[in-house]
Amino acid sequence: MQQFLESFLPAGPLVVFVFSIIPLMIILVYALFAIWLERKVAGHMQDRLGPMRTGGWHGWAQTIADLVKMIQKEDIVPAKADRFLFKMAPFIAFAASYAAFVAIPFSSGYIGSMIDVGVFYIVAITSLLSVSIIMAGWASNNKWSLLGAMRTAAQTVSYEIPTVVTILSVIIVTGTLNLMEITELQSGNTFLGFLPGWLIFHSPFMVIAFVLFFIATLAEAHRVPFDLPESESELVGGYQTEYSGMRWGLFMLTEYADMLLLSLLGAALFFGGWNSPFGSYLDGPLWGAFWMLLKGMILVFVMMWLRWTLPRLRVDQLMNLCWKYLIPLSFVNLVLIALWEMIF
Amino acid sequence: MTNVKEKGPEVTLMPPIDTGKGLKTQEMVINMGPQHPSTHGVLRMELTLNGEIVTKAIPHIGYLHRCFEKHSEEMNDYAKVIPYVDRMDYVAAMNNELGYAIAMERLMDIQVNDRVEYIRVIMSELQRIASHLLAIGTFGLDIGAFTPFLYCFIEREKILDIFEKASGARLLYNYIWIGGLMNDVPADFKSDTAEFVKTFRPKIKELNDLLSMNKIFIDRTANVGVLPEKVAINYGVSGPSLRGSGVHWDLRRDDPYSIYDRFEFDVIVGKGEMGTLGDCWDRYIVRVWEMEESLKIIEQALDQMSDEGDVHEAVPKKIRPPAGEIYCRTETPRGELGYYIISDKSTSPFRVKARAPSFVNLSVLPAISIGAMVADMVAIIGSIDIVLGEVDR
Repeated sequence: MQQFLESFLPAGPLVVFVFSIIPLMIILVYALFAIWLERKVAGHMQDRLGPMRTGGWHGWAQTIADLVKMIQKEDIVPAKADRFLFKMAPFIAFAASYAAFVAIPFSSGYIGSMIDVGVFYIVAITSLLSVSIIMAGWASNNKWSLLGAMRTAAQTVSYEIPTVVTILSVIIVTGTLNLMEITELQSGNTFLGFLPGWLIFHSPFMVIAFVLFFIATLAEAHRVPFDLPESESELVGGYQTEYSGMRWGLFMLTEYADMLLLSLLGAALFFGGWNSPFGSYLDGPLWGAFWMLLKGMILVFVMMWLRWTLPRLRVDQLMNLCWKYLIPLSFVNLVLIALWEMIF
Repeated sequence: MTNVKEKGPEVTLMPPIDTGKGLKTQEMVINMGPQHPSTHGVLRMELTLNGEIVTKAIPHIGYLHRCFEKHSEEMNDYAKVIPYVDRMDYVAAMNNELGYAIAMERLMDIQVNDRVEYIRVIMSELQRIASHLLAIGTFGLDIGAFTPFLYCFIEREKILDIFEKASGARLLYNYIWIGGLMNDVPADFKSDTAEFVKTFRPKIKELNDLLSMNKIFIDRTANVGVLPEKVAINYGVSGPSLRGSGVHWDLRRDDPYSIYDRFEFDVIVGKGEMGTLGDCWDRYIVRVWEMEESLKIIEQALDQMSDEGDVHEAVPKKIRPPAGEIYCRTETPRGELGYYIISDKSTSPFRVKARAPSFVNLSVLPAISIGAMVADMVAIIGSIDIVLGEVDR
């Protein structure tokens, strides 16, 4: 990819710029699409149509219209807020989730950076997200924001453990932290003659690992039933209460970017990443990007589906679920996968 | 004012804890409302929190006070009070009108004919279903389940359509008049209502599958906000909130008004199936099954109702009741609604006092919310199902 860009772009720095801006473009277009999709999914699940007017065909331009509105809005900072932290928080949140995309292999021809500690890097950099949320909650000088921020801190720290342990169980099988290499391992070979050689089909324990991983990522992305940080019916808006206009929009963008990031990570770890589900049929760098995004979007859709079906857990039940069930289970599963690897 | 010791539940406030390293924890006072999305209107709660645990909850009311009682005295006409009555419990306007109309009819000794009675009962039972649907839907919303709320609204819409055909209004009807009705029901009223009853039955099951039996929903509501039988009776709680605590008390059966003694129906009480008796889930499920009972009453009423009778037959030309006073109570979706009316033989009431069930039910809130978490507060307020229009009047 980089060589391809160098062949027709004149200067080196420009190549690097274009190269690194690609995930940003993907996130922005995806966010516009995903917010529209969320509204349509919600609408159809609730026996209504969702946006239908803006832009003509099924309200496709609704999110763009909202974006234009948000940009035009007055930038309000509460009088008693810590101005610097208050203004910084949304940018740090977005930077954290954007920076994580660098290690995601979008196709066999494109990965932002071939770092060898890819998965570790993603886990580390997304932790910044909770820092920014605490920053936002504290700087707002609002008790509801503070409660939301404290919940987030507890939730994110707790749920990082099952996430990391399930990722670790994948690493035991693959033996590498580089997501590109993990994806390459899953290509070509088939399992039982017809299933693609994705890691989820590797052993029954991998299915359990995926379920645990998915539940933990739901909590990491603050989606229902774990959306306590911003639970609108309890904490008004949690850490977002005092934000308006484009700063709020950035938090929104971050939330959706985070969903995509964790879904893509799940797709790369368990569902063969950019590999085609039909062996070598419909394979190649461009098809690879298509499959990767499709797999990610399917997981994003499941997250939306859950959001419009389930109620929300309480904060102590959330902790119970994590510490009493998810963490012990994920550790047991880790040991079982390690044993499976030793025996077979 | 003499120095009256404030009565209320015993609250043990946590003293600041010194952790020994110069750090101290402190309780936080937080304002919940009046612009909070889950206080069902403009209720303000002053919560004292230890972390997320509530150690003290004080409800502050009065943000929606519209001088109902004073207005009633100044209207110079008893009939003109009815639209004000609508605006008390604005999600169960028919039941409010019925209570007022019955009180006035008892005061003036008016007998209304059977057709009027049957239409009134059908209307108020439909309204009860509509009101419970709203309560259930918003309760789900408080817990975080968005979709059941809209499913409930779809059904409620059908009831409002029936009301709109009859009275021309969708929320505040001014339909039940003293001595009769505003006008007769349209010709297709019976078939519309029968159709609704038929289509609504399966929806209750759907609602149970989606919300009532959901594991997360049960976890959030069972054993939360437990209202023991004794406390409920001492505070004068009524309606589904009282029956949720296992008390068999329903004015439709125990102090029949209108023609409720002609129908077969059960009084639903909480059984503590999912947790302790009198928790939020019990109060919730009582409302669900009461909708089923209302359907039974509507079916029987539709069968027994005749097509003969003039709804304006007993409507008085000039309302000038004899001097005297009356207290009349009826069962609204929220509980016992009482009207105390004093007449001084003029055209306007000397005094109209409404005993609003929401107001009384709200008073139990500080007693049952101690030790709950902030998220539980939302569930408790939702399960008591208050309408602030009625609390503040």
